[in-house]
Amino acid sequence: MGKVLQALGLAVALTGAMAGVAAAQPTEVRIGVALEPPALDPTAGAAEAIDIVVYQNIFEGLTRIDQNGAVQPGLASEWTISEDGLTYTFKLRDGVTFHDGTAFDAEDVKFTFDRILGPDSVNAHKEFYEPIETVTVIDPLTVEMKLSRPIGMFLFDLGRGDAVIVAPESADNNANEPIGTGPFAFLQWDKGSRVILEAYGPYWGEPAHLTKATYLFIGDTATMTNALLAGDVDGTNNFATEALAVFEGNPQFKVLVGTTEGETILSTNNKKPPFDDIKVRQAMAHAIDRQAIIDGATYGYGVPIGSHFAPHNRYYVDLTGTYPHDIEKAKALLAEAGLPDGFSATLKLPPVAYARLSGQIIASQFAEVGIKLELINVEWAQWLEDVYANHDFDLTVISHVEPFDIGNYANPDYYFGYDNPEFQALIETLNGTTDDAKRKELAVQAQTILANDAVNGYLFELAQTGVWNAKLEGMWQNSPIEGLVLRDIRWVQ
Amino acid sequence: MILFTLRRLIGFAVTLLLAALVIFYLLDLLPGDPAQFILGINATPESVARLRTQMGLDAPAHERFIGWLWGMVQGDFGISYTQRAPVAQLIWDRLGVTLPLSVFAMVISIVVGLPLGIVAARRRGKALDTGIMVLAQTGVAIPNFWFGMLLTLLFAVTLRWLPPGGFTPWHEDSVAAFRGLILPSLALALPQASILARVMRTALVDVTGQDFIRTARAKGLTMGEAVWRHGVRNALLPVLTILGLQFAFLVAGTIIVENVFYLPGLGRLIFTAISERDLILVRGATIILIIAVTATMLLTDIAYAIVDPRLRERSAP
Repeated sequence: MGKVLQALGLAVALTGAMAGVAAAQPTEVRIGVALEPPALDPTAGAAEAIDIVVYQNIFEGLTRIDQNGAVQPGLASEWTISEDGLTYTFKLRDGVTFHDGTAFDAEDVKFTFDRILGPDSVNAHKEFYEPIETVTVIDPLTVEMKLSRPIGMFLFDLGRGDAVIVAPESADNNANEPIGTGPFAFLQWDKGSRVILEAYGPYWGEPAHLTKATYLFIGDTATMTNALLAGDVDGTNNFATEALAVFEGNPQFKVLVGTTEGETILSTNNKKPPFDDIKVRQAMAHAIDRQAIIDGATYGYGVPIGSHFAPHNRYYVDLTGTYPHDIEKAKALLAEAGLPDGFSATLKLPPVAYARLSGQIIASQFAEVGIKLELINVEWAQWLEDVYANHDFDLTVISHVEPFDIGNYANPDYYFGYDNPEFQALIETLNGTTDDAKRKELAVQAQTILANDAVNGYLFELAQTGVWNAKLEGMWQNSPIEGLVLRDIRWVQ
Repeated sequence: MILFTLRRLIGFAVTLLLAALVIFYLLDLLPGDPAQFILGINATPESVARLRTQMGLDAPAHERFIGWLWGMVQGDFGISYTQRAPVAQLIWDRLGVTLPLSVFAMVISIVVGLPLGIVAARRRGKALDTGIMVLAQTGVAIPNFWFGMLLTLLFAVTLRWLPPGGFTPWHEDSVAAFRGLILPSLALALPQASILARVMRTALVDVTGQDFIRTARAKGLTMGEAVWRHGVRNALLPVLTILGLQFAFLVAGTIIVENVFYLPGLGRLIFTAISERDLILVRGATIILIIAVTATMLLTDIAYAIVDPRLRERSAP
């Protein structure tokens, strides 16, 4: 063993001699992210990992969503909306170029939306843009869109990663060589390892502070912790809550706790007995102790929710008191539903820590009122097929991370199996309303219906917990849309 | 010898064909749909169906199997579903990490394990022997990932001599690439070195009692000379067998080690591809690994036959 130690010592001495700890360049940043995107085209895939790298960095839309979730001008500097809410006329910015040097103009906008709506489209959110009837090029810097019906969220939807503007010259290669108009251009992708972006010189807008940004793909929490501590990565936008304590109180790091759009819910198969009985769902709602779940599954970082809506949204209404935690009441409701001894059901859990932990806690809470849950761990692909596509489930725990996705409840074929004509009419009205005060009123009504019907078990809003080098500024604290926007990130000495 | 080699080669080909069959049909039974995975939780059934058609997933299984096999014979492993890039290229890029990693680990385990085994055998029953064997026992018991973590904590987090993980491509900076593989190779080599030390010790102890050593001693060689010239050579036979077998363990170990050190290797590629149901990529990579492992065993067999002529007379199973 002495020899082993000697050999080790020698190896270390040799490499130690070669190693100089690379001082972080004050204009470059290395970011650790848990998942590697399968491809880099946000208009042809739903993975959040894609938007984390490209959204607002490489690609831009006609509008962009800011840190507070508000719509700002993007590649369109201004727009007018007709009285009936059906015709949108966009003025485009002049002098914008794609990273391959080709000019951006109205033709690219038309191409982008024709591609989304075309017969071969594999856009993950085609339904958002389905109401676009025609896209007309008025002149190189003016585009007119005609809708078949008014959409209250249209400007927001144009700011999503799914609707970023791509060019006919490069769109086919965006999966592996993304070409956009954003402040950062794609430099290289060492698959399995990292993606490197560099600042794009001829960018039309406010130039970014950074010259280079590298995304490193580190899936393991302990490894990410070591990489941060060793200074090999400068930060991560979302770090596992169970290990946050390592960085809190460490002056070399800052922990940014913010909100996300992730409503974490106990999704319930409303079409399947006994869950088709509202009394059973109400009993389940009373059996849930949200704070215990938040403490156990997110180490206290989640925010309780009582309906399917993000607490930081200005239309939010707190409905957590609709069915307070009350074991006796839950038992009484089960008895009323003809199930005095409770019942048995399965709970399918996808491979994310918050879901697996929540599932175990919910199982113990339900056991107190006589509901016996069998926990079944599934992989993502299996979850998507069994639960989401085939509706083959009783209960599952999942975070719905799409912004403003309450409209899913208006789709009777959605995996919740919730079919309520009153709610469907309400959402249709909401979608067609552009007046803010009216929209808020309708959104509050929608939230209240879902809470009262106890469609799903509403648990908590996921928090975004970033860990960054203390000398970095300008990261988004909240995540109102999927992405990790580099535009404002800079080093301050 | 030629007949022996030929028989082994035919066995090798049959094994590969069977493996291809099993891999293809087993993965086809896995629940999960790559198209659904790509389009995610808000996609309409129509979009998913369209993507399935575009990826050629709606053809019957046997057609896809024949197509896949025929493509591979011509060196075409297909296009990855999720990454939209040629599978062969993706695998080739990853071998630039996994191959050196496995080789370094193998070399380290030989350079460390064999001498320790020889020393222990020569000092049989003494404190040094006991000490080495206790260490070897511990080395086998410690999981790769945990040892990797310890190495990272010491050399990357505390001392900052080596990176905690990640990989710089060889052509960019070969020194940095090499440095990135040091800790993972050590983590991967530890259990292998321990096994080799134990096997070497046992084999050498067995050999020491045999007639030819006595003959060598009678010819006036010291015990050390006799063991070194005649003993070690004969003891290498069982070690060779273990080395062949170890290759498969090394490959399995790389999956874990590559995850701990976030290396862009083949193990991690397969791991991700399985979770994303990128079946064509999983199949291609698995076949490559099976070829590597079975070829190693084939070569071990042949090497064995060269070293020990008695084996050639036996019929191959």
